[in-house]
Amino acid sequence: MKKILIKLSMMFLLFTLFNAQAALRVEITKGADGAVPVAVVPFELIGQAAGLTNVSDIVAADLKRSGKFSPIEKSKLIAYPKDLEEVNYKLWRVAGIDHLVIGKLNVIKPGQYEISFRLVDVFKGVQVLGYQFAANDHSLRSISHHISDLIYEKITGQKGAFDTKIAYVTAERKQGMQPSYKLQVADTDGFNSQTVLNSTQPIMSPSWSPDGNKLAYVSFEKRKSEIYVQNLFSQKREKVSTFKGINGAPVWSPDGKKLALTLSKGGNPDIYILTLETKKLKQITKHWGIDTEPAWTPDGSEVVFTSSRSGKPQIYRVPAKGGLAKRITFDGKYNASPEVSSDGRTLIYVQGEGNIFKISSMDLQSGFVQVLTDGPLDESPSFAPNGSMILYASTDKFKGVLAAVSTDGRFKQKLVLSEGDVREPTWGPFRK
Amino acid sequence: MKFTKLVSALMLSGLLAACSPDNVKDNQAGMDDNQQDSSQTADGAQTSGIDGGGTEGGTALNGATVSYDKAAINDAGNVLAEKVVYFEYDSDQISQDYQELIAHHGKYLAANSDMSVRLEGHADERGSREYNVALANRRALSVRRLILFQGVNADQVSVISYGEEKPVALGHDDESWRLNRRVELVYEAR
Repeated sequence: MKKILIKLSMMFLLFTLFNAQAALRVEITKGADGAVPVAVVPFELIGQAAGLTNVSDIVAADLKRSGKFSPIEKSKLIAYPKDLEEVNYKLWRVAGIDHLVIGKLNVIKPGQYEISFRLVDVFKGVQVLGYQFAANDHSLRSISHHISDLIYEKITGQKGAFDTKIAYVTAERKQGMQPSYKLQVADTDGFNSQTVLNSTQPIMSPSWSPDGNKLAYVSFEKRKSEIYVQNLFSQKREKVSTFKGINGAPVWSPDGKKLALTLSKGGNPDIYILTLETKKLKQITKHWGIDTEPAWTPDGSEVVFTSSRSGKPQIYRVPAKGGLAKRITFDGKYNASPEVSSDGRTLIYVQGEGNIFKISSMDLQSGFVQVLTDGPLDESPSFAPNGSMILYASTDKFKGVLAAVSTDGRFKQKLVLSEGDVREPTWGPFRK
Repeated sequence: MKFTKLVSALMLSGLLAACSPDNVKDNQAGMDDNQQDSSQTADGAQTSGIDGGGTEGGTALNGATVSYDKAAINDAGNVLAEKVVYFEYDSDQISQDYQELIAHHGKYLAANSDMSVRLEGHADERGSREYNVALANRRALSVRRLILFQGVNADQVSVISYGEEKPVALGHDDESWRLNRRVELVYEAR
């Protein structure tokens, strides 16, 4: 036991954060009841390496952020098994732990690692999952999130979305200086943020391509709104829409071949569909009111959008081929910015009442509406690819922050940027 | 060491490296923002101005002098010194006072065909961002309509909507919101 303790203290010393700065700080603002109690035992370090990413800490933090698990604090762990043979099932059962995660990080040579982990069902007394991965300094955080995904899926039956990316826009305004707008991409825990576009003019409405390789967005860099498609790996970008008037709200179709967007070249903002390869443009709504903020249904057959055709903004649906628009929202005077879940069942949107704007969800079959957030200025809701969480923009005193809420509204967290405003988050797809 | 599955180490690390975020490099930074796009033209319907808008001085507004001389646009005592039109929440209606102000600007532009104006529409932060782009665009188009009514050439007037992206007041209160719901008239020599 003493030996283990010495080893452990060494591990804590060595397992400090590696180089990856978190631009966004995660704060859990509302815990959920009934979260599954798990214990993530610090992984054993075999060999020597300074300043390594702490894999087990990342896994524990991921599981906690999902709202579906309550990992016990490291200081409250009752034992530190690293192999299956060392697990005392009785001890963990008494402690009320359902699942145990143990593992090892083997330093093969500097910058080259082998990670292994096991997920143990304490009540059945068996290992239910076990994997081994090769990693380098760059992939270590990503593999840690991948481990969280595997554990999450094994226990909940739902695919994990920790090892995915989010995109968002930041704005910094300082006295006497040009404002700075940035389009950024980061891990789902706010680490590894990368600026993909930097401008003194506004950037808006980022949308992920379904393969996760590209972002479409609106940029005002030429003192007018234009839509670009940028490849995140080759860094190349293409201007795809620069019509007279508004070029806004681009959203990728589920098959990745088209963009739904808003153009006002016909005199009023209407929804159009642009086929990216042929550049063919098709208008699918035509109304004197404002039509904007399109979003696709997962099968690509319909587009939901915001329209002021009834006098105030409400959400409608229209066939992607064009046709009759049907109104979906009827509660309240302000319903906008819709998105449809990947199973096609749930609509999320911004619901406004007076000066208070909240994120709401609607069951599209029953029409049942649930208000998920408290406001006062919540906007831009975006589903996690597994549908478990909704990422949205909120305000924290005088700052724009990102926040997430579980789809059932029971669990909330905030992602606070260290400097400036952060807005328009959009959750990327599963890694292919 | 028994593992239920052994994932091919090489394959996986290769795959993850391909997706690794260090491929997402700083790109397109330092964009030239001062470059004014000269191809920018007026938005909306191609209405042409009604002929007969004269250069005669209108009624004085709040004691300000009324002159449509070319240099009048830079005179702090002139009625044209006021270059911002404010709006009610979720509205593109122009109040009586501002109709008069916009008429003065229209007459100035009609008298000075070598001047052009860019109408920059803005919204307060409430509500969704793209809807606010559309709303602020409507505000700018409302101003444009009244300017063209004075016999101004359509190509003297351009429109851009920034929605809620460029607030002048950063508070989350009624006064800040009032100041942000606006159309700014930005003059340029053609």
